[in-house]
Amino acid sequence: MTETTTLHTTALHAEHARLGAKLVDFHGWEMPLYYRGIIEEHVAVRERVGVFDISHMGQVLVTGPGSLATLQRLVSADLAKSADGQAAYGLLLNAQGGIVDDIIVYRLTAEQWLLIINCGNREKDVAWMQRHLGPQTTLTHISSGRSMLAIQGPEAEDVVEELVGAAVSGMGRFRIRAVPGRSDGWLSRTGYTGSDGYELFVRDQDAIELWHRALDALGLQAQPAGLGARDTLRLEACYRLYGADMDDATTPFEAGLGWVVDMAKTDFIGQAALVKQQQPQRRLVPFEVSGAAIPRSGYAILRESRRVGQVTSGSFSPTLRKGIGLGYVETACAAPGTAIEIEIRGQRHAGLVVKGPFYKGVP
Amino acid sequence: MKIPSELRYTKTHEWVRRQGERELVVGITEHAQEELKDVVFVELPPVGKQVKAGEAVAVVESVKAAFDIYAPVSGTIATVNAQLGSKPQLVNQDAYGEGWFFAIAPSQPGEWEQLMSAGDYAKTFQVST
Repeated sequence: MTETTTLHTTALHAEHARLGAKLVDFHGWEMPLYYRGIIEEHVAVRERVGVFDISHMGQVLVTGPGSLATLQRLVSADLAKSADGQAAYGLLLNAQGGIVDDIIVYRLTAEQWLLIINCGNREKDVAWMQRHLGPQTTLTHISSGRSMLAIQGPEAEDVVEELVGAAVSGMGRFRIRAVPGRSDGWLSRTGYTGSDGYELFVRDQDAIELWHRALDALGLQAQPAGLGARDTLRLEACYRLYGADMDDATTPFEAGLGWVVDMAKTDFIGQAALVKQQQPQRRLVPFEVSGAAIPRSGYAILRESRRVGQVTSGSFSPTLRKGIGLGYVETACAAPGTAIEIEIRGQRHAGLVVKGPFYKGVP
Repeated sequence: MKIPSELRYTKTHEWVRRQGERELVVGITEHAQEELKDVVFVELPPVGKQVKAGEAVAVVESVKAAFDIYAPVSGTIATVNAQLGSKPQLVNQDAYGEGWFFAIAPSQPGEWEQLMSAGDYAKTFQVST
């Protein structure tokens, strides 16, 4: 591996190196792939608690009296339904109805919204949103000097209560609140693992302190977990990965994200194009492979020996101990229970379209 | 890192052991298994397959990705380690022993001499990273 450009690093980079993490280039960021091993970290999140540095993700603030109107035009979900302290999953769409990014939109107050955007889309999203900013709205990219930690797993609540010094059990899923004593610090009950958990949005110096405390909070010894486990965890939960399972040329209906699009809402970017695309030719489906073979991105999907699609995410599932994936298939082959084949190194392996998710641990 | 002196090595991190007069046993090195971490699947060649030195003949998969394993020498696949079918983790647990992949009956005996010694293989890690 040759280094031709300087990679971005998070405030926790030295901590990762000190823990002996295997570091990889992820969209220009040097991030931990794993510390001890993907399976060990995956299992720690499913059974106990894991802590992820996800500071490579972008944090954007949208503020001002026009912020709701601006976001209603930019985001597919109906944000008028959000109350203070509530989060919504939504999509930024282009005029053709293609997915610019999938994001989480937190309403802090009626005139202050926190957006979490994908690492690889930071510049693209910010430019796109700036271009479509309505009146009386300010957009600020606040990522610099700030970090994001994800604390995930059935014991996450205990660790988070220790970290923030307050009870959090009353906090519902997709809720956000200020962290006591941390200026501009927020805590939300969200995640990308399929297990229950929390995410902390804080300043860099706070993140370093919280990271250390999380690793030995209450003697629970939260397992530091890397992007490798984050990927297998999200795949078991059937969460889509931008850039793999969808991109600017994919519509929400193809990606199985129609539920994130409120077509009844008035006039958001992409809506007009999507009216005609609600019955797509291809759909993203979860599938499993029988036997020990493992599907990977790019492999062909066949139905009765005819090519009907392609794998976009594939892995060994540490929970199911078998090969699972997401892939696009012709709509006629998208129903759960459809027998398919995955072509792996020239050999066809039997597979099955399933309903998904492969794992559901979120209340 | 363990690099047994009686074995020969390839640049692609396979090890080769003489077994009797007619067979060379092949596996992947300690370094390779550490890089792979959790080995979850191994695909082995059929017994009797003719292989050429440098040809991809087996596949080892970690959680993250699939990697080719190359024949260190030319010849015929004589036996394979069927245990890896149900216990791929043997590659991690015992890379130079129970985690072996296959044995080749070599057709070009001179190729053994061209493989790296333990000392030469160890030197490949001294390149600054």
